[in-house]
Amino acid sequence: MKQTDRRSFLKIAASSVGIGLLYSAYPAALSAGEAGGLFSALGRANGEKPSPFSFVQLSDAHVGFNGPPDPLGTKAFERAVDMINALPQRPDLVLFTGDLTHDTEDRDVHVQRMKQFQEISKRINVPLIKCVPGEHDAGLDSGGLYREFFGETHYSFDHRGVHFVALDNVTRAKPEVGSEQLAWLKKDLARFPKTAPIVVFTHRPLFDLRPDWEWFTSDGDDVMNVLSAYDNVTVLYGHIHRDDEHQIGAVHHYASRSLIFAFPDPTGVAGPRKTVPFDKEHPFKNLGIRTVSFNGKSEPGATSLSIEDVELTAREFQGINGVHQLFRNPLV
Amino acid sequence: MSRTKSFIVATATTLCLSVSLLVSGTRRVHAENVPVIDITAKRFAFSPDKITLKKGQTVKLRLHSEDVTHGFFLRPLKLDEEIPAGQTTEVTVTPETAGTFTTICDHFCGANHGNMNMTIVVE
Repeated sequence: MKQTDRRSFLKIAASSVGIGLLYSAYPAALSAGEAGGLFSALGRANGEKPSPFSFVQLSDAHVGFNGPPDPLGTKAFERAVDMINALPQRPDLVLFTGDLTHDTEDRDVHVQRMKQFQEISKRINVPLIKCVPGEHDAGLDSGGLYREFFGETHYSFDHRGVHFVALDNVTRAKPEVGSEQLAWLKKDLARFPKTAPIVVFTHRPLFDLRPDWEWFTSDGDDVMNVLSAYDNVTVLYGHIHRDDEHQIGAVHHYASRSLIFAFPDPTGVAGPRKTVPFDKEHPFKNLGIRTVSFNGKSEPGATSLSIEDVELTAREFQGINGVHQLFRNPLV
Repeated sequence: MSRTKSFIVATATTLCLSVSLLVSGTRRVHAENVPVIDITAKRFAFSPDKITLKKGQTVKLRLHSEDVTHGFFLRPLKLDEEIPAGQTTEVTVTPETAGTFTTICDHFCGANHGNMNMTIVVE
């Protein structure tokens, strides 16, 4: 078999479409005519031969939140569902990176918000939806109610040769993963060769992006020490309500936009965090999705994943008429 | 050595021994008779919301929660405290870096948790 750069084995082209991110994962070797031998070898080594597919990352819908700054409630989330269903390539799965709902101390109200999230997400035409909690889902009750609706807060699964790991850095109330989950992560990954394509999805960034805005995970370095042993790792996260790319060693970190409101670029901003003001003329500005596809194209020399973000557009809400539609129930 | 000099040396030795931990940016000491600053944590604010410390001067922060558990996190001063619900946590610090810093609650405490912060100025 011809020698191939393992780091370019899996490429993810992602589109941030304002509602999240659509990822396209595809083998770099395909166009080089060596796919058969390489995939067979990796299939034997990794347990499953990779094959083309796409998936979408959504984040931070905060169902139940009702502005300011964004008074549109679930409009952006529902728009994202429409956009996903209209994608030319049907994604295999949707990853939701936390803050599905907005928190409340009234358990019954939170139950209704989780039910509403499920009702909207069920409209997405994909076979599989996987979630991790955000602090607004699980921070007040250590994830008790979240588990009743969505199951365990950390887990892993394999899909078409890619190993997906859901990491929980919110249910301990503080921004941390914890020693027990770290031990689980090491054990979970131990069976894979260092070439295995791994996608970690979590809520908070696993590195110090902006600690004084709580954009960090206190034991993120411990997680990264585990992940750094592998060549093809991508970390997808939410929480920061804006897209962001970061590389630590060979590991690429991508944040998705939110589906409710945006935070600004923290670079050069001193002091406390503030939201980006709501723009009535562009109600979905800075919101979006991310797509990833495993589509058989190649991008030699690219890093392990290539991400495309797609800003959420207000198709039926553009222009003055659209704004009037959106504000049929006038805002204060 | 004069009696005065002996006293100074003894005092300095005691002070040095009382330094229990040296960390970058902050020196924490087990010291008595240091100024005490009371800070109250209550959803979703600290009171006062701004304090001023002097570089190199040891102070004791007495953190009290009036409701649920809160956090008190400031990376540059190596502060990462839990304030259990209804209880008081004390931490003694000697800031060694001047600047204006945002301290946050990093123990999720409710809907407006993300805006619970205060300013510590070190002159």
